[in-house]
Amino acid sequence: MSTDNNRLYESMGDKVLRYVTLLMAILVVILMIWIGWQMFSSSQESIQHFGWAFITSRVWDPVHHIFGALPFIYGTIVTSVVALIIAAPIGISVAIFLNEMAPSTIRKVVAFLVELLAAIPSVVYGLWGIFVLAPVLRQSVEPWLTKWFGFIPWFKGAPVGFDMFGGGIILAIMILPTITSISREVMAAVPTAHREAALALGATKWEMIRLSVLSYSKSGILGSIMLGLGRALGETMAVTMVIGNMPKISSSLFSSAYSMAAVIANEFTEATYSLYLSSCIEIGLILFGITLLLNIFARLLVWSVARGPKGGHLV
Amino acid sequence: MIRKTGRILTAVLTGVLAISLVGCGSQNQTQSSSGTQQTSDAAVTLTGAGSTFVQPLLMQQVAEYQKNHSNVTINYQGGGSGFGIQHLSDQTIDFGATDAFMTDDQLSKAQGGKVLQLPVALGAVTLSYNVPGIPEHIKISPENLANIYFGKIKNWNDPALAKDNPDVKFPDLAIIPIHRSEGSGTTSIFTHYLSAISPDWNSQVGSGTSVNWPNPTGKALGAKGNPGVAGAVKSTSGAIGYIELAYALQNKIPYAYMFNKDGKWVLPSLEGASADAASFQVPDDMRVNIVNGPGAAAYPISGFSWALIYQNQTDKAKGTAMVNFLNWALHDGQKLAPSLSYVPLPDNLTARETAMLKTVTSGGQPLLK
Repeated sequence: MSTDNNRLYESMGDKVLRYVTLLMAILVVILMIWIGWQMFSSSQESIQHFGWAFITSRVWDPVHHIFGALPFIYGTIVTSVVALIIAAPIGISVAIFLNEMAPSTIRKVVAFLVELLAAIPSVVYGLWGIFVLAPVLRQSVEPWLTKWFGFIPWFKGAPVGFDMFGGGIILAIMILPTITSISREVMAAVPTAHREAALALGATKWEMIRLSVLSYSKSGILGSIMLGLGRALGETMAVTMVIGNMPKISSSLFSSAYSMAAVIANEFTEATYSLYLSSCIEIGLILFGITLLLNIFARLLVWSVARGPKGGHLV
Repeated sequence: MIRKTGRILTAVLTGVLAISLVGCGSQNQTQSSSGTQQTSDAAVTLTGAGSTFVQPLLMQQVAEYQKNHSNVTINYQGGGSGFGIQHLSDQTIDFGATDAFMTDDQLSKAQGGKVLQLPVALGAVTLSYNVPGIPEHIKISPENLANIYFGKIKNWNDPALAKDNPDVKFPDLAIIPIHRSEGSGTTSIFTHYLSAISPDWNSQVGSGTSVNWPNPTGKALGAKGNPGVAGAVKSTSGAIGYIELAYALQNKIPYAYMFNKDGKWVLPSLEGASADAASFQVPDDMRVNIVNGPGAAAYPISGFSWALIYQNQTDKAKGTAMVNFLNWALHDGQKLAPSLSYVPLPDNLTARETAMLKTVTSGGQPLLK
């Protein structure tokens, strides 16, 4: 960081660079504020009409001009959490395997394939969900889960295949590359000396990974999970194709539901009166708010983990 | 450090303020300058937006029309009926298209004065299903259809379904009613039909491009677009869904006989939808939902899409090009309809629409000769 004194020696180029980059940084901030403000002002009609009841109401009835966001908030959060529960252990395991155990040829191939997952358009995931995933879930996976774990409310009910469980699985596949590649980068940044130190003290491979690799990189791994969560919350196309698109709240994961991004994409273009349009925008505002809160929370979490005592017990 | 942060913060805030002021200024400018754009007489560019249902037909018509009218360029953006109505009202486009006609409330908000609504395309909706071991075409009565979508008929072996299909052996299989998840003209036609044949549907659910679908069984599903509904029906045994006729015919999807107002069972077809449309007394403002029309051949689940234009055109060159194109699309342009699986509009209707186009004026002068 430069002090006031050595500014004397700055050349013209440095000044230009500084102001250009500052301008770009300001632009990003302005863009965020502008988007937030635009959504807030465009959703005024719905905010004034429904008040807080918009967030707690379960009815979405465009014909009778009644709108409520709760089922969409619920569907978005449940599918994203299901995705994280599935994708985080897999993603971290893949990262550990690739970084610490795999021979370099396998590492290159698997890493390439995982990153290729990120390049598949979401509509392709959605089509795969309709024609492959949903029938498999309906005929095999979900009946099996109901049979053995049906006492848990999550796995109750007649399977349809187009449900929150399917949405969560699709999202898990989509956020896997994010979690894997960022975790891998973070683990690769652990100094070799740490690993060697652990091994020299007689640690087994697992102990070495736990003590030197994971504890060193846990804040970065958490960050990767949060980035994945961010993507899951906003994903639209793939989710709307498999979630069933019914605005309802059910404790069963085998129940169709709806997500915030999906309802905006589905109904925005045909919102034929202003309260309808305004309600769609308010859903966007709520999604914006949830994403913002989540990012703040993620920052705090990463920050507190990073500041915690070294060698803490992540696993 | 603190001083520096303070300075950056000040800079950021000043920047925000400056740009937001500029933003407000430019917004006002664009608002005041819209609608007064001048174009040369030779080349005319028309911009339209709205219904995606009419888009394939309109695109084909535009391409055909431009072969003989190379000075006219027509950009049609789609975007959905609500989008089209919104932008026509704000005068940011030259014409709109919608699958659900503009209401009195919407008409009163249109900034450019009186809006003419001209039926430009005719569509129909088929019922398609995936039930193993039953014939390709079964019969579904209006009451049964409403009760399936109400969730009152829950299983394919329901006696009410067997009554209309005495020769069919229905399996014991739960019914999964599938609807379009996004707002769509197809949903509008289908829910208008259900409202027409079921007073309960009319009072409890109603009709529109999106409705609050009943779901007492917890099995109802929404799928995106005609391909989404067709895909979900195909991959889900026990499913039933409504699909636009053009799509169902092109993709050879099995569909049901419907029971029309004259008491005949009819399969969906272009001719049946046309007969349905022709049986209606269309009012002078053309705003009519043509579901469940009389006539032995009429297929009951049909509906119009409308083009939207202002009766008073501020730009004479644009207005002239527009009425000429629309008049062509209503007559010669309809010949393209069957090849794209659209239903050609009845002749008695298109003649009345030409008369409507003749009332379009610019500076008091009629534009269509």
